[in-house]
Order: sequence, then structure tokens, then C-alpha cells
Amino acid sequence: MALPLGTAAVLLLVLFFELARPTLRRAVTRSRVAIRTRRAHAVESYDPGRERRAEQRARALLRSCVEEEDWEIYNELGFLRVLGPVGAARGQGQAPYAYLIYPHKPIVAYVPATGELLNEYCITFPDHSRPFGSSRLPHSDDVLAKWMAITADERRLIGEANMHLPGRQVDPERVRRDLLRLARWERERGERELGGARAA
Amino acid sequence: MKPGHGEIVLAEGDVGIPEEEQELIEAFRRELDAGMWAAVPTEGLAGRREAELVKSFDEVPRDAERVIFFPRAAGGSPPAGR
Repeated sequence: MALPLGTAAVLLLVLFFELARPTLRRAVTRSRVAIRTRRAHAVESYDPGRERRAEQRARALLRSCVEEEDWEIYNELGFLRVLGPVGAARGQGQAPYAYLIYPHKPIVAYVPATGELLNEYCITFPDHSRPFGSSRLPHSDDVLAKWMAITADERRLIGEANMHLPGRQVDPERVRRDLLRLARWERERGERELGGARAA
Repeated sequence: MKPGHGEIVLAEGDVGIPEEEQELIEAFRRELDAGMWAAVPTEGLAGRREAELVKSFDEVPRDAERVIFFPRAAGGSPPAGR
């Protein structure tokens, strides 16, 4: 009695499995795809290291493009200084004007001899491939983009920028402090170089 | 330069090899068509490093090591904040 019942049970199980197999297979495939999609979205939307890595790459790129002295200024003080007129040969005299380039802030023009602030030039580098909610360049890429644009075609960049009086977006006190820090940095660098030359 | 990502290598090649040069030209055109600016880091007449904006592949110096593409500049005025 037990043998026919057991055989019937096995046959029923096999029959049920055969009938349910396509449905089960589809369900497994769907769940695999869903898991993969969730993982992909999770990686894309949350990667805590992405911005840090982007900034590291941007700093390396900036360093490879600008003068070593300019890189040191940026690395230690947080901004770039470009002497104007860009591309002009400079003798002993001071530049008539200069720019300070901050990340994601307007470019500030000033007179090196007096420290007088001239203008703010507001310029951005929007992502045209993503017109809505586009993300920003890493800090150092923004600085490099401004540096490339201003050293390549100063007039064009200044023409493209929205010009404002000093103090609209960048605190004039902060700029004055930065100019003092820059002057101190240059003095100390000069002393270091002088000391190095004497030692040699 | 790509917003949110930073530097991305688009194409690499030797301009002396026709196939590779063609790939570089296509990559160059693609980026300019997408509205990017192209700049070549160089050394100016005053002996200081600067950049040169190029509008066509022919303007890229043959010995240039790289061309950097970055979003076109636009006058901006984000909300005032310090």
C-alpha cells in the first residue's frame, strides 16, 4: 500500500515542478534583475569617495598645468593669483593689476601695489549636457578652468563674465586678509630662497 | 573635466598613426559639439605657463601632450553668500 502511495506522491511532485518551472524561472530572473538594478542605483547615487577622488584628480591636473609657485600658493592659501595683463613680459616693475581665483567664487581683480579691490567677475562652467540640476566641477577643476580661460583669452573671459563691484559675493575683508597672507607667503619664500642660496 | 566626476580620459593616441589620429579627431569633435571648450597647456612668450584655447583639431600643436576639455564659461551670478 505504501509503495503505490509513495510513487504517486513522487509523480505528483515531479508533475507540479514541471508545470511550475517556467513561472519559477521567470520569477528568479526578475528578482536577479531587480537586485542588480538596486545595486547599480545604490552605487551611482551613494559613493562617498567619488567627490574626494574627483578632487584629488583635479588637484593633480591643476598642479601639472600651472607654475610650481602658483601651485604652492593654491595648495597653502587656497586660491590662485594671475598677474595682468596676462602674457605680458614682466620686468622689475609690479603688475598694474592681478586676479585672485577662488574655487566656485567670482574672480577678484585688484591692484597689487595698493591692494585696492577693483571688480568681481562672476563666471561659471555649467554642465550643458545636464541643463537641470547639473552638478559642479570639483573645486580645483573650477580653478583650473578659470585659469585656462583667463590665461588663454583674458579679454574674452572678462567679456563673458558678469562684472560687479567688490563685495557682492566675496567678502572684501577676506580678500584683504588673503592679500596679506599672500604677501607674507611671498616674503617667507623669498627669505627661504635667500637662505638656501647663502647656504649653498 | 566633467562636473561631479573631475578628469576623465576621453581618448589617447599618437597623431603620427593615422588610425589613432582619426580617433583623436573624432573625440575632439564630439566634445566641441557637446559645447565644451578645448585648451592646451603651453608656455607663453613671457616664459610662464598658460593655456591656449583651440577651436579645431588643426590648431592643436602637433607636440601637445594633451587637450583639456571643460564646460564653456558663462556669466554667472549665484546667490550672494560668503
